[in-house]
Amino acid sequence: MEKIKVNMKVNSKPVTVEVKPYARLLDVLREELGLTGTKEGCGIGECGACTVIIDGENVNSCLVLAASMEGKEITTIEGMAKDGRLHPLQDAFIRHNALQCGFCTPGLLMSAKAFLDKNQNPTREDIKVGISGNLCRCTGYEQVVDAIEEVANKND
Amino acid sequence: MPLLGSKNYDYLNKPVPRVDALDKVLGRAQYAADLKFPQMLYGGMLRSGLSHAKVAKIDVAKAKAMDGVFEVLTYGDLKKAKSWANYMYITDTVRYVGDVVAIVAAETPEIVQDALKAIQVEYQELPGVYTIEEALAKDAPLVHEGAPDNIFKESHFPVRKGDVEKGFAQCEVIIEREYHTQYIEHAYIEPEACVAVPDPIDGTMTVFSSSQNPYFTRRYVADILQCGMHKVRIVQQTLGGSFGGKEEGVGLIAGRAAILAQKTGRPVKIALTREESILESSKRHPFRLKYKIGATREGKIMALEAELVDNSGAYNNQTQFMNFRAAVHTAGVYEIPNVKVDVVGVFTNNIHSGAMRGYSSPQIIFAQEQLIEELAEELGMNPIEFRKLNALKTGSLTATSQELVEPVILEEMIDTLVQKTEYSKKREAYKNQSGPKKRGIGIATCFRGCGFGAESVDASGATVTALEDGTVIINSGLVENGQGLKTAYSQIAAEVLGVPVERIHFIGVDTHSIADCGMTVASRGTVMGSQAMKKAAGELKEILKKTAAEMLNTHVDKVDIKDGVYFEVPNPKNKVFFSDVCNKQLWSGRQMSVFAWYEPKNLNYDHHTGQGNAFPTYSFGCVVAEVEVDTETGYVDVLNVAAGHDVGTAVNPALIKGQIYGGIAMGMGFAITEEVEVNKGKVGTLNLDTYIIPTSMDMPQMSTLIFECDDKEGTYGAKSLGEPATEAVGAAIANAIYNATGRRIRQLPADLEKVLLGKSLRGGGK
Repeated sequence: MEKIKVNMKVNSKPVTVEVKPYARLLDVLREELGLTGTKEGCGIGECGACTVIIDGENVNSCLVLAASMEGKEITTIEGMAKDGRLHPLQDAFIRHNALQCGFCTPGLLMSAKAFLDKNQNPTREDIKVGISGNLCRCTGYEQVVDAIEEVANKND
Repeated sequence: MPLLGSKNYDYLNKPVPRVDALDKVLGRAQYAADLKFPQMLYGGMLRSGLSHAKVAKIDVAKAKAMDGVFEVLTYGDLKKAKSWANYMYITDTVRYVGDVVAIVAAETPEIVQDALKAIQVEYQELPGVYTIEEALAKDAPLVHEGAPDNIFKESHFPVRKGDVEKGFAQCEVIIEREYHTQYIEHAYIEPEACVAVPDPIDGTMTVFSSSQNPYFTRRYVADILQCGMHKVRIVQQTLGGSFGGKEEGVGLIAGRAAILAQKTGRPVKIALTREESILESSKRHPFRLKYKIGATREGKIMALEAELVDNSGAYNNQTQFMNFRAAVHTAGVYEIPNVKVDVVGVFTNNIHSGAMRGYSSPQIIFAQEQLIEELAEELGMNPIEFRKLNALKTGSLTATSQELVEPVILEEMIDTLVQKTEYSKKREAYKNQSGPKKRGIGIATCFRGCGFGAESVDASGATVTALEDGTVIINSGLVENGQGLKTAYSQIAAEVLGVPVERIHFIGVDTHSIADCGMTVASRGTVMGSQAMKKAAGELKEILKKTAAEMLNTHVDKVDIKDGVYFEVPNPKNKVFFSDVCNKQLWSGRQMSVFAWYEPKNLNYDHHTGQGNAFPTYSFGCVVAEVEVDTETGYVDVLNVAAGHDVGTAVNPALIKGQIYGGIAMGMGFAITEEVEVNKGKVGTLNLDTYIIPTSMDMPQMSTLIFECDDKEGTYGAKSLGEPATEAVGAAIANAIYNATGRRIRQLPADLEKVLLGKSLRGGGK
């Protein structure tokens, strides 16, 4: 099968990959680029464990064809900490006990980041809506929302 | 004892951050599906899709001949393996839709799928049974030849206390009720995965897996490979949630990957899709709960009789253990002089039931805590007063005639919750509402035997090793499932040793590194499992103290340690660092490590009568839920949940809150949205688009009330919490719905149809 050449930016670095036309972005990130922080939980865009940020939007990478990523800028969980420093959301997740098993955590952090990048003064309800595409079975979301709310308030 | 806050510890009782949090927020924690090895193949399973059938003929020739296919195995290739779950890695006798009839190893996941499609199977279909009633009907088809009438005999547990006939004769009000619960999926976000890696030199098979119980997984792998257990090494990868679900199912996939790896000589990965995960993993048992209960006019409960039947599905995953716990707790948190309980499982051709957070308690409490209110209403009594009149107290005898010698603070908890939620005022106000949206408030109380109790052996071991730089490695055969065990154990070791938590590192389970310490289940990890950690750390502390005394030039009795500094008690300026003591210890050739074993006391419980001490101690809970029911649609919106739990000692309040919030979410799903729908064994809810677990937007306002008490049984007085956190939530919501609508929900879930119409339009209209 003929492969498609795709040039994209992943975590600020230019990347060129050759992918099958049906390859999911999720698989290319995990298998080709070794970025296994992005998880697969359902494969149908319901759980949000595979969330990455594409040009500022949080997207389920299991529903995206890698071949459509030409020229796109993609951020995964591996690109969230910069220069050895945690992103404020990562730090807040640790301090607020916003994770348990951790499998949904990368996706939640991606959604939280995309949400806060676009929303300056969100209410608690806004935050709940912002992360409602990310399922978590451990935490009941309360400490997750606490963590995001704290970072949002610091942004003021 | 009041709410959290009056205990005095250095490292316990503190919201210490999770020791595994950094790896998890960076996305570098390695889950089983993240692993990759050179030459790795992918494994896959062909499932029957039928509920009851015999494999008449299976032809794998085409699949085997395909490019990139390295192995195809069917039942005939595994003659000697027995499995530990009474269901097989591969079978020729299909008892439910998820049964596997062939397995494949191939170079890519795509080739695996093509090969599975190329396998030709002819089935001889058989009539099946699907509901408890069908299973128990006369001349019903049998699911297992060894189980006449489809009754799983070994899962029968009775309780016989007093004489219920005499008890009912003393009652002025007697009611009989029947309740039903549904199949529930664990819905951990990580589907099961493993990679089996063969060692061509010494023949060891290493399986990196998403096991809740790696030692349990080891049995399966040794069984399928027909080798000694010393040639099997299971390494638990970071686990993406389990809740009781990654036990038998992971044993089976680990076994399949191992046999494929052995046959091909290459590493084999099996990672389930969500659909396969839902098909393969066990579910929370559906129960049919028939109760008869009676009280005097004054409100004293005199007798309770109950017959509980659970739907085990096609295979027995722990029904025979779980029903013991069910029998012990069937009468609820009440002191009743005459009790007769029988619990038994039946086999059907459905997905199989197994361990799931609560291990029968959410089902029982859903029934029991509505029953108690139904009886109070018949008596014309206030449900709170009625509960308190009959509640277990310190010194009470439980249904198994166990005297509660440790403190019981249930009444205080009820009073606190009732007051903080304004329960009584709201309950009265909500009785008279107009308009389509009606609010309701409900309460439920619960108790739970801590650890395994008389169900199984509650022993465990632990190793604590000091290193020359003053850091410490700890290990245990109990595992981190996401609940926070590594953090709790690190805190416990820190508390004993007197060194900061940051200096302690918990290895995580590799079955070659430490003895089998039993399963990480039954909310036993902290309360019982860490006893060995405390013991080992305590012994090491004493050993190191001798060296410290030498260095301080004083007597060992005068040495103490705080925050990693040893000092002389009357003269704290005479001090030496823990790290310097460890260094001297090593270069003096003295002992650096302690392995300790903890054996629980004998409980003396008679399983034939259900009488005796069932558990070392009990934790108690009380939950209040407030809902708004849209009586035009049947939609139940859970607005507020307040949860109070007696945890004995709060090892880590932040982690405790996390357990409680998560428990509320899972309890809410159980109450109103979740149901694995089965239609003649076929599963209709195979992914998270149809199996609906709560999202962040569904969550209510939550408040947690953490109670402590002085309990002598658990480690540092800690009691179980993981399962209590979810078990009473469904019952509280059911009682709240009644307060809002005046209609009882006796069959879960309380979805639109049941709330609006009083019955389901699916699954036979129950």
